[in-house]
Amino acid sequence: MRAPGTLDPLLPLVVVVPLLVAALLAALSALISQHRRVLDLVAIATSVAVSAMLVVLMARTAGGVAVYWFAGLHPRHGAAIGIDFAAGSLSCGLAALTAVLVTASMVFSWRYFETASTWFHSLMLVFLAGMVGFCLTGDIFDLFVWFEVMGVAAYALTAFRVEEKGPLQGAYNFAITNSVGAYLSLLGIGLIYARTGALNMAQIGRALGHGRPGSLVVVAFVLVLVGLITKGAIVPFHFWLADAHAVAPTPVCVLFSGVMVELGLYGVARVYWSVFGAGLGHRSAITAAFLALGILTALVGAFFSYRQRHLKRMLAFSTISHAGLFLVGFALLTPLGLAGAAAYVIGHGLVKAALFLCVGAVLHRLGSVDESRLHGRGRALKTTGVVFTLAALGLADLPPFATYLGAGWVGDSASSHGAPYVTAVVMISSILVGGAVLRVAGGVFYGLGDPPREDPRLRQGATEERSETSGDEAKVPLTMTLPPLVLVAAAAAIGLLPHLGSVLQHAALQVEDEAGYVKTVLGGAAVHHLSALSPKEPTAVRAIDLESGFGTAAGALLLALGGLYYRRLPGLKRLRPARVVADTFDRLQSGVVNDYLTWLVFGVACIGGALAFSLR
Amino acid sequence: MRPERRLLFFVAAAAGFAAFLVWGLTGLPAFGHYRGPYGYLIDRLTVHYTHATGLVSAVNFFFRGFDTVGEEFILFVAATGLATVMRGLREEENEVSGGEAVSAGVSVPRTSDGVRTLALLLTGPTLLIGWWLTTHAQTDPSGGFQGGAVMATAVVLIYLAGEYLKLRRADPIVVTDSVEAVGAAGFAIVGLFGLVAGGTYLAEVLPLGKHIGAVNAGGTIPLISLCVGVEVMAAFLLVVSEFLGQTLVLKGALDS
Amino acid sequence: MSLFPYLVAAWIALVGLYGLVTSRHLVHQILCLVVLQSSTYVLLLAVGFKTGGIAPYFSDVSGRPVTVDPVVQALVLTDIVVEVAVTSLLLGLAVRAHRRFGSVDPEELRQLRG
Repeated sequence: MRAPGTLDPLLPLVVVVPLLVAALLAALSALISQHRRVLDLVAIATSVAVSAMLVVLMARTAGGVAVYWFAGLHPRHGAAIGIDFAAGSLSCGLAALTAVLVTASMVFSWRYFETASTWFHSLMLVFLAGMVGFCLTGDIFDLFVWFEVMGVAAYALTAFRVEEKGPLQGAYNFAITNSVGAYLSLLGIGLIYARTGALNMAQIGRALGHGRPGSLVVVAFVLVLVGLITKGAIVPFHFWLADAHAVAPTPVCVLFSGVMVELGLYGVARVYWSVFGAGLGHRSAITAAFLALGILTALVGAFFSYRQRHLKRMLAFSTISHAGLFLVGFALLTPLGLAGAAAYVIGHGLVKAALFLCVGAVLHRLGSVDESRLHGRGRALKTTGVVFTLAALGLADLPPFATYLGAGWVGDSASSHGAPYVTAVVMISSILVGGAVLRVAGGVFYGLGDPPREDPRLRQGATEERSETSGDEAKVPLTMTLPPLVLVAAAAAIGLLPHLGSVLQHAALQVEDEAGYVKTVLGGAAVHHLSALSPKEPTAVRAIDLESGFGTAAGALLLALGGLYYRRLPGLKRLRPARVVADTFDRLQSGVVNDYLTWLVFGVACIGGALAFSLR
Repeated sequence: MRPERRLLFFVAAAAGFAAFLVWGLTGLPAFGHYRGPYGYLIDRLTVHYTHATGLVSAVNFFFRGFDTVGEEFILFVAATGLATVMRGLREEENEVSGGEAVSAGVSVPRTSDGVRTLALLLTGPTLLIGWWLTTHAQTDPSGGFQGGAVMATAVVLIYLAGEYLKLRRADPIVVTDSVEAVGAAGFAIVGLFGLVAGGTYLAEVLPLGKHIGAVNAGGTIPLISLCVGVEVMAAFLLVVSEFLGQTLVLKGALDS
Repeated sequence: MSLFPYLVAAWIALVGLYGLVTSRHLVHQILCLVVLQSSTYVLLLAVGFKTGGIAPYFSDVSGRPVTVDPVVQALVLTDIVVEVAVTSLLLGLAVRAHRRFGSVDPEELRQLRG
């Protein structure tokens, strides 16, 4: 532990180092843009260094939130005059996960695709810095700034393959929707600043105090929320995600699905607990609202995921489904719920990244991401097939992958707080998502069952994917098989860590300890004894968690087999009514950004209305 | 959704949204009754901390300097991203011109002598104003953002005078790229000096100057303002020349 | 009257959203996004206003003049830079989309559906 009062120099460096390296690469582009290996090495070394620093920070902040005042501007009489980083072990851990996934996707792209000039590497490093800054900051306007850094980098990365139609449309829809969300958030920040005259989250939280929230606080909360849950892909704010994920280069998809969406939801938890929680009160109303949103998102995402034939789009919808489950974990407002969400985010991030990388390898080797065209053609990709199948099982919450712990803890905490149906929702959506991905594993890599009918929506799209990678290579290079293997292994290893539960619950308590956070940030006191609102809950791995994990995985396997062999089962041949319902739903995902924005306004009106009536 | 149906749906949703928004606005303090405390603290502490008298610059470049570091990189990423998005088109442009001097295949729109003279006459003063703005962040309501934008305007005036292709032949994009990156990094590097010499990232390391409100007051503020000015100017130029290149390519394609 | 400037901000936000939803031209749509963002400038500047306050720089430090809030003005400056960045990137996408789709109608950008 460092003595109180000293500031940890690693905190600014984790953001500044990648920024500087990005600028350096751009400044030297005339010299080094022809030396691709040098670029790769520098970029990978940078993200490895950032990961290492963040792991050190994670260990250092286990004892209490570390605060860093830029320019040494400590608060005066309890009021902040500068910007601070306030890092707990949860935020450092999430940032570390980000840096690890950036490293993995950089290694993967080594042999994967041609990058133009130094742009790709610069964009990736600034993207990394933006995400890390977003995790660590303790100032609400600074949060908006890093949100935008990460946003603008992400829009540019989505459009990286500009020669094609898809990336243009995906990036455009992504940028418009997320910008609208971000500006509504900024309106919310303006409102809250008018009330409290502060931008520091702890200071705002203290100024809002307890008691009945006025109309301004409710509206400001909802507006700030809009930007975050748009990034977090919560229904009905989610439409952009499938478009953007389907078309971004595969190494970038890893980051979008693995961490960027999760960061949006982390922002919700952060803003709720540090800024609005005490001021809003009425925790049961908050829980009800977020539970409803989360459950809706989980089911809608899972349903769409199962219907996809385009592999990247399938994984994208599965991310939406999981985003819903993470929101459910937060909605419970218990330490175990948040710890469960955290375990889920780690497990899902690693597994989903591995899945995307395997799809990238398939695209590299076979030149397609269409399930019906690929049927049986993946037999030659032995390692990739095994890794993909394992990762798919991890997505279906199979023990010992960390996902099963997340699902288990969220379910446990929900059951002990009067929402036993949550376990069922988690299982149903995991079975649908896992079933879809396992169906792909069986069909593509092992040639099981019948090839699915061609999807008319993919006919033009499939030919276009080829510009991402040179494709049809003789074999998949090691830099493309190793990263997903390591990620899957890590997901399983983390699930086996003996004290994971208590460590994560402690980290969650740090986040949820509103009074302690204010004291640490504004009073300069390091808080070691957490004054929690909710008592700790048992985190031992229980038999029921294991049972539901194995049950979900078994259910997903059955569903996958059903999907592969359904044409041989006489009863299931014609399910006309289901087809009609599904087509109606498909039309909602119209690809027109005007529709997405209409849904966004509708979503704000609904959430706003619900909270306006329930919180006052 | 069909447009008419979407409009109907939007109007219904927006009515709810508007009601909700206005309900929130009623909770605001009456207009003109700012409560603080942040603004009052800045009023009171700026001179003490920085010897500068331009409060907005003091907030941007000192108190909330870290926001500005991020902001610099938003511009950097936008310029990089735009270059990425436009990259194929630049090659097409070279094909049109046969790879030789760019002007060969592109017919430049005629610029009238009046516009040409006026633009060239304005270039010098505009550049000067931009420079003045960039270097007076500490004393006046100016600074690198405004100054950088004005300096970029001076170069755009040259483009307007029809000299764009001459400037383009020297391939300013590569140069501007590097300048832009250096500008973006500048502020972050000044921050590192703070970390090494002052113990905290972005800490003040230069003397504040004897006279409050003098041009040499403000410690690192003028230096940072200069970096920001360079970055903003270069980023604006990159953006403008990307789009200007487009216009010329389109015009050339139409003419041929 | 004390609410009027805030209502202006809300009105600008709604007008921007209306334009975004009904727009049939990419460049028009992008400019509607700029309109929406302008509402944040108006709101921020309005909440920082003090009756009788001077512009936030001192020409004479001996007195204690009351200035309007400098913080919101600094925030607006940041906000403008964000706008420039996002707008330029979006316009670049619009140029490319026009080339590739042969249309500037967002309804025609339909590579991805369902």
